[in-house]
Amino acid sequence: MTQSRPYDDVPGTTVFDERMARKGYHLNQFCMSLMQPENRERFKADNRAYLDEWKMTEDQKQAVIDRDYNLMLSLGGNIYFLAKIFSSDGLSFQYAASTMTGLSEEEYLKMMLAGGRSPEGNRYKSEWEKT
Amino acid sequence: MARITAGVATSHVPAIGRAIDTGQTQSDYWKPMFDGFEFSKKWEVAEKPDVVFLVYNDHATAFSLDLIPTFAIGVAEDYVVADEGFGPRPVPPVEGHADLAWHIASSVIQQDFDLTLVNKMDLDHGLTVPLSLMFGQPDKWPCKVIPFAVNVVQYPVPSGRRCYNLGKAIRKAIDSFPEDLNVQIWGTGGMSHQLQGPRAGLINQPWDKAFLSDMVDDPGRLVAISPEEYIREAGSEGIELVMWLIMRGALDDQVTELHRHYHVPASNTAIGHIILKNGK
Repeated sequence: MTQSRPYDDVPGTTVFDERMARKGYHLNQFCMSLMQPENRERFKADNRAYLDEWKMTEDQKQAVIDRDYNLMLSLGGNIYFLAKIFSSDGLSFQYAASTMTGLSEEEYLKMMLAGGRSPEGNRYKSEWEKT
Repeated sequence: MARITAGVATSHVPAIGRAIDTGQTQSDYWKPMFDGFEFSKKWEVAEKPDVVFLVYNDHATAFSLDLIPTFAIGVAEDYVVADEGFGPRPVPPVEGHADLAWHIASSVIQQDFDLTLVNKMDLDHGLTVPLSLMFGQPDKWPCKVIPFAVNVVQYPVPSGRRCYNLGKAIRKAIDSFPEDLNVQIWGTGGMSHQLQGPRAGLINQPWDKAFLSDMVDDPGRLVAISPEEYIREAGSEGIELVMWLIMRGALDDQVTELHRHYHVPASNTAIGHIILKNGK
C-alpha cells in the first residue's frame, strides 16, 4: 500500500519516489542504454523494433515513440533518464522542458529570460484548480 | 597537516558546459552569467589548491537504477569524462587523490556515515561544469579532485541536516591527514529549478537569495529545510542544494564571504555561486 506524501499536493510535478521508480524501472533502463552510440543508432533507425527488446508496457513504448514527456513522467520515467532520449534526438533540456509546459520553445525562453515561472500561485494543486 | 581553506558553491547546468565548449560565453545570453565567475577564476589562480573535494550528483551517468548509492566517494587515481549522449565534453581527464580519498573514507565510515567506495565512475557535467567555471579551459586541471556523489535523483534523498553533519565528519577526516595540503570543498547544483512537468521553469529568486545569505550566517536555518519545501519553493530539482550543506558543514561556524553571484536564467536554472573563506 502506498501512503500519501507531503509533496503530493505540489502541482505539475512528479517526484521520483519509489512509487514512480517501480513503475518506470524498464523505461528508465531503456533510456540508459542510449548512452551507447551503437544503441542510439539502432533506436533512431527503428524506434519500435528497439523498444520491443525492452520489458516496457505498451503505453510506455507509445509515449516514447510520441515523445510525450509528461506521459513518460506519469509512467515512471525520470527526467535525467528521459534526457537520454531528447539528447539522442539532438534536442536541449530547454526544448524538452518547454514541451512539458505546453509553451512553444520561444514562449518558454521568454518566460525564463523574464525571471522564470514565479512560485506565486504555483505551490499547491488547489491554486491550479481555482483557475 | 591537510587543511580546508575555503568552500565554493556553484550551480552545474549542462548548458553552461556547452556554452564554454562552443565558445559562446561572450554572447548576450551568457555573458552576464560568466562575468560572475571572473573573480573566481583569478582567485583560484592565486589560491592554488592541491585538492578539491567536489560534492556533486550523478545524472543517470555512472549510476543507473541498478545501483543507487546515497553517498559515494571516488577513491581512484584517475577518472574519465563521461559521454552523456552527445559525446564527452572536450575537457581534460580528472586526476584523483587516492591517498586522501581512502583516508577520508576510513575516517568518515568510522564516524558512522556509510559511504560507497568507487574505483571506477565516469564523471558527468555535475562535476566537470564547476571545474570549467572555476578553472577555465586549461590543458590539464590545476589540482587533484576527489569526486563525491550524492543521490538527489531517486527519493528518498538524504536530508539537509544529514548532509551538513556529514560535512563535519569530512572536515574531521581532512584535518587529520598528515600531509600538508591546501584543500577546498565545493558543493554544486541548484539553485531553484524544475526541469520536468507542467510546472517546469519555476524560479524562486527571493528564496534563493535568502539561501545564499544564510550559507554565510545561518546554516542552522538551512539544515531544517524539508524535501517538500525544496520541491515546493525551489522546484523539483532545487533539492540539489542539500549538497551545498555538505560543503558548509565542513567549514568553521564563522566564515568570511569573498564573492557572491546570482543570475537568472541559465537554460532552466537560477545560477548561484558563493566563495567562503574558512574562518573569520
